[in-house]
Amino acid sequence: MVAQLLKLKARLFANGLRRSPWQLVGVVIGALYGLFIAVMLLIGLAFLGGQDPELIGTVLVLGVSLAVLGWALIPVLLTGVDLTLDPARFTTFTIPPRQLVAGLLLSGLIGTPGAITLILLAGQGLAWRLHPGAAAAAVLCGILATLLCMALARLTTTAATALTANRRFREISVVLLMVPLLLLGPIIDRVSDGFESALDWLPAITGVLGWTPLGSFAAVPSDLAAGQPALAAARFAVSLAYLAVIVWGWKVLLLRAMESPAQSTGGGQAAKGPGAFRLFPATPWGAVAARCLTYWLKDPRYAVSVVMVPLIPFLLWYWSAQSGDFTALFFAAPIIAVLMGFSISADISYDSTAFALHVATGLKGLDDRLGRVLACAVVALPVVLLSAVVPALLLDRAEILPAVLGMALGGLLTAFGVSSIASARFTYGVPQPGDSPFKTPPGNGVRMAVVQLAIFAVMGVLLLPEIGLMIAYLVTGQALYGWLALAAGLVLGAVFLGIGLRVGGRWWEARLPELMQATVANK
Amino acid sequence: MTQEQSTSAAPALAIRGLGKRFGDKTAVNGISLDVPSGSFYGLVGPNGAGKTTALSMATGLLRPDAGQVWIHGVDIWADTLKAKSLLGVLADGVRLFDRLSGRQLVTYAGLLRGMDAATVEQRTEDLLRVLDLEEASAKLVVDYSAGMTKKIALATALIHSPRVLVLDEPFEAVDPVSAANIRDILADYVAHGGTVVVSSHVMDLVQRMCSHVAVIAQGNLLASGTVDEVRAGSSLEDRFVELVGGRADREGLSWLHSS
Repeated sequence: MVAQLLKLKARLFANGLRRSPWQLVGVVIGALYGLFIAVMLLIGLAFLGGQDPELIGTVLVLGVSLAVLGWALIPVLLTGVDLTLDPARFTTFTIPPRQLVAGLLLSGLIGTPGAITLILLAGQGLAWRLHPGAAAAAVLCGILATLLCMALARLTTTAATALTANRRFREISVVLLMVPLLLLGPIIDRVSDGFESALDWLPAITGVLGWTPLGSFAAVPSDLAAGQPALAAARFAVSLAYLAVIVWGWKVLLLRAMESPAQSTGGGQAAKGPGAFRLFPATPWGAVAARCLTYWLKDPRYAVSVVMVPLIPFLLWYWSAQSGDFTALFFAAPIIAVLMGFSISADISYDSTAFALHVATGLKGLDDRLGRVLACAVVALPVVLLSAVVPALLLDRAEILPAVLGMALGGLLTAFGVSSIASARFTYGVPQPGDSPFKTPPGNGVRMAVVQLAIFAVMGVLLLPEIGLMIAYLVTGQALYGWLALAAGLVLGAVFLGIGLRVGGRWWEARLPELMQATVANK
Repeated sequence: MTQEQSTSAAPALAIRGLGKRFGDKTAVNGISLDVPSGSFYGLVGPNGAGKTTALSMATGLLRPDAGQVWIHGVDIWADTLKAKSLLGVLADGVRLFDRLSGRQLVTYAGLLRGMDAATVEQRTEDLLRVLDLEEASAKLVVDYSAGMTKKIALATALIHSPRVLVLDEPFEAVDPVSAANIRDILADYVAHGGTVVVSSHVMDLVQRMCSHVAVIAQGNLLASGTVDEVRAGSSLEDRFVELVGGRADREGLSWLHSS
């Protein structure tokens, strides 16, 4: 039965690849990248082998602890566990629990992350190659630690499923997740600053980690190399106990979940009145704008692009603070403007097959394009204006405002225009409505990256006049260039937006059935 | 709704040589069909027969490889906007804009059609009342049950008072009481000059409800006409099985007998 489950997983993996060549390309690139990392780390492990045993032990315990922690947290917070073999689908088959658990556990190894983890953790043997006994123990412990990773990932995700079945909770957790991401850069910075002194207190940390489920398996070979077989045996026994408890805990949760599958419950959200529909005129483009604005406010996939906004000035400020020159802060508004304008280029992909309503009602292309731009503008315009005005006032450099505003507004309008055309032509796989905003359909990366790169390149070219005038202003300090940048931004931006809406609308109408089918294919 | 004289005599839906291939699989193989104005037309066929593909092409959701479609004489692939204004569509297997409340979604469909606010508001209330969705009208559609979702989707297809309704599996997952209500609405709509095309694989329902029926299997049109013509004396279900074939040998699973 275990073999059957593994075969099923491999077959599903292969069939998924056969569905689309792009997906195959994505998986191949992902696998090559993973392999590259693995080879680099294996070389690192081999070099580590020449070091002092105590240092080897410290590094390995720390590294393995991070890997185990990653497996425990990343699936819950970011990717969601790979549900190709969703336990809920096996409820109607009477598979003995023990075999189901073993099968699901081992199936985690089929796929790039699982395979790489196995290679690396078993590769610890390389680092202990001068101590044969420890090396053998390291390979065995590495394999067991990989199983621990798989089981821990299953345990944490199964436990979290009960919570995340509530849609409201899921949406809030996504937004909360942005906070640590926001602070990631500075945290890494601080940690690397303190690296020198860390060499003093790290052994103490690894000493503790070596007795926790995170690092205990990795610490066993270290004991052997230090000539303490009794300690190694004790630690190995403790590690096995950890593994058993985690597998047992997961099995209990799994069986409970299969007996009473979690029902996705709504958050009881309600919209009594017309909501955003009151803000726009009762016309087709007004309706599209109202609907899109509702999505901007209620759909976590859109919320992510809004929450990204404070990240940009924060990072620019952080980097500027090192040098003391805050000029970079004035680029926050243009960058935010272009990113917000760009965000509607995936609008139809985000609609998914609900787009059928736009197709069936005989909506005009111009109305669709205009409505989406307006909804985004309602969100983007205040944000862009604020991020232009606030730094100028705080730094007491109001005279730079015309140039900054010219570039920001020009950027926003131009990005709207380019996105209006691009989204009528290109769709790509995005998280489906209700999915985690961080989940991308596997293997979609390449096509998406190519399209997005092309969009940004076009925007960059169209924005050259504003960029040139802004630079001219910064270099010469002549107010004239600032005002020229403002004029260029408004006039050129309006022209590009107008062209974008018309051409995008025409393409949209001509390609309507193809766009509809693209949303079906992305499902 | 005023309509030109020339188009009123044409069939509500005319299909000629409609074909579609996906890769090396032919989904719809050159179907020609006339749906008379004022008829209640059932489209039946086994799973994967090409019903949804054919209806998607007839309603402008999917571009055909070959063939033409007219709605009351208007070519849907030439005069798309006008043809779509005559059509109400309930597509199968597509999502709805489910972050809107039920009331917002129906309002949205009306406004997309370019209708004025007052009419949209009045018709939205009527539809919610008749489809028994008043209580749930402020709830987000994402929290609706499958049957409620079908009903709200039907409301978005009805709001502009179309002349032809194309409904793909409208009764799936709908409870018996709501299904009866929907049937009444549709019968009333046909009695007052509208045309309904429904796809289904519930033969009983089609025999009771429809005036005409077409049988599709493997992308081919096997029979079409009034229900009485097609069933030719026997029940529609028996006739359907006879046409489509593929009944398994009755002795096949002797080990399943419990005694």
